Amino acid sequence: MSPFNQSMRKSLSLVAVFFILSWAQTNARAEEIIVSAAASLTDVLKEISTGYQSKAKHTVKFNFGPSNGLARQIEEGAPADLFFSADLAQMDALDKNGRLEPGTRKNLLSNQLVIIVPADSKLALSSPKDLLKTEVKKIALAEPSSVPVGVYSNKYLADEGLWDQVKPKVVPVQDVRATLAAVESGNVEAGFVFKTDAVISNKVRIAYKVPIEKGPKITYPVAIVKESKKKDAARDFMNFLLSPASKAMFKKFGFVVID
Amino acid sequence: MIFSLETWHITFFSLAVGLASTLVILPFGIVLAWLFARKEWPLKSVVETLVLLPLVMPPVSTGLILLKIFGRRSPIGQWLYERGIEIVFNWKGVLIAMATMSFPLLVRSVRTSFSEVNPRLEQIAATLGASALKIFFVITIPLAYRGIIAGALLAFSRALGEFGATILLAGNIPGKTQTLSLAIFNFVQTGNDPEAYILLGITVALAFIFVWCSEWLLRARKRA
Repeated sequence: MSPFNQSMRKSLSLVAVFFILSWAQTNARAEEIIVSAAASLTDVLKEISTGYQSKAKHTVKFNFGPSNGLARQIEEGAPADLFFSADLAQMDALDKNGRLEPGTRKNLLSNQLVIIVPADSKLALSSPKDLLKTEVKKIALAEPSSVPVGVYSNKYLADEGLWDQVKPKVVPVQDVRATLAAVESGNVEAGFVFKTDAVISNKVRIAYKVPIEKGPKITYPVAIVKESKKKDAARDFMNFLLSPASKAMFKKFGFVVID
Repeated sequence: MIFSLETWHITFFSLAVGLASTLVILPFGIVLAWLFARKEWPLKSVVETLVLLPLVMPPVSTGLILLKIFGRRSPIGQWLYERGIEIVFNWKGVLIAMATMSFPLLVRSVRTSFSEVNPRLEQIAATLGASALKIFFVITIPLAYRGIIAGALLAFSRALGEFGATILLAGNIPGKTQTLSLAIFNFVQTGNDPEAYILLGITVALAFIFVWCSEWLLRARKRA
């Protein structure tokens, strides 16, 4: 074989390799998707996406905000590919207006109501009735008429027949973060928050977990946005969210995974 | 420095887009302020009020209006989208939100400094045969420059602190549209107080510097 032929064959095979590679690349294009997610999911989703990014070819960017604002953006045609809401109502509204890809919606997570006490508190609660003990002087609660966690706590105590007796001890605060702050500082003896909020602070201890069947139905649904141009990549990430590894991570951050 | 790479990135991004937004509104602000200060025209008070609205309206509602204008479902948003220009979930959205929210502050300050320029000087220049354009650039602007810079600094500071309109129009996407204000919101929401305090410190320091400079310029003008 002449040297010319050899180099010719070499360059031809290089060209072939180049074509195969570029064909493979167009077939499995790496895309960047935007996931609009409730702000309360920030930490767990960052953790999960790190795991996803190390294996998958797609890049995930998050848009964190309050669920109603995120739904609003999707309603106006914002280029979100996946919507992960902390509230069923927002998802229902988008669904009703045909903004979600049919058949992709799934209720993925739930949350649990818990009673927290300062980390160094000796208070033991074997049932919510123990809140009536005299050493419990004040109980912090997110505004029980408007903030979801406050509404749920109010309803739960009413269902248990305790609200009227507990009410004089209740200190209404702005939101879950303010409840945590009040309990952390020891200014109140106990407070009601979601389990996921309780686990982010090491200055509080969960003294009582409201049994899931007695507590409120809190649901975090996820769905692919109908107008998404990158549905395959969005589906790929959504499948990853449903994988055992992700579910374990959600549990680690205090969420209840709905199977 | 002790700051993380992410912190540097967020700070730099906020400063860069804030600066760009101030530079974009500066020429419009100067012209409009001059029209407010020196000219009488029909519906002037209506336009003046409209320009000032973002200053007093809840930023979220301004954001909602911007989202309605630039979202894919509006004619403008559709037109831009077909030409590949993305505003929503993009740094351009951050810029537009910042520009809209800080524009009133710029116009107000510059307008005041134009009003303080003695019209006699402009009239004398006119009698000496200077054109209106020449008077504007040679007399009016140089005499009002402190107020203009002070207004620009104030607008820039306001842009840095923008939250409500930005989160609706541009989203809160780390590494893409997340500014100092948005990052602080996120850290507070997730209970990451130490990180929130670092960004808070940066925000306070920057705001202090720019507002102080702005005030110093205005005080110097009063003395002069």
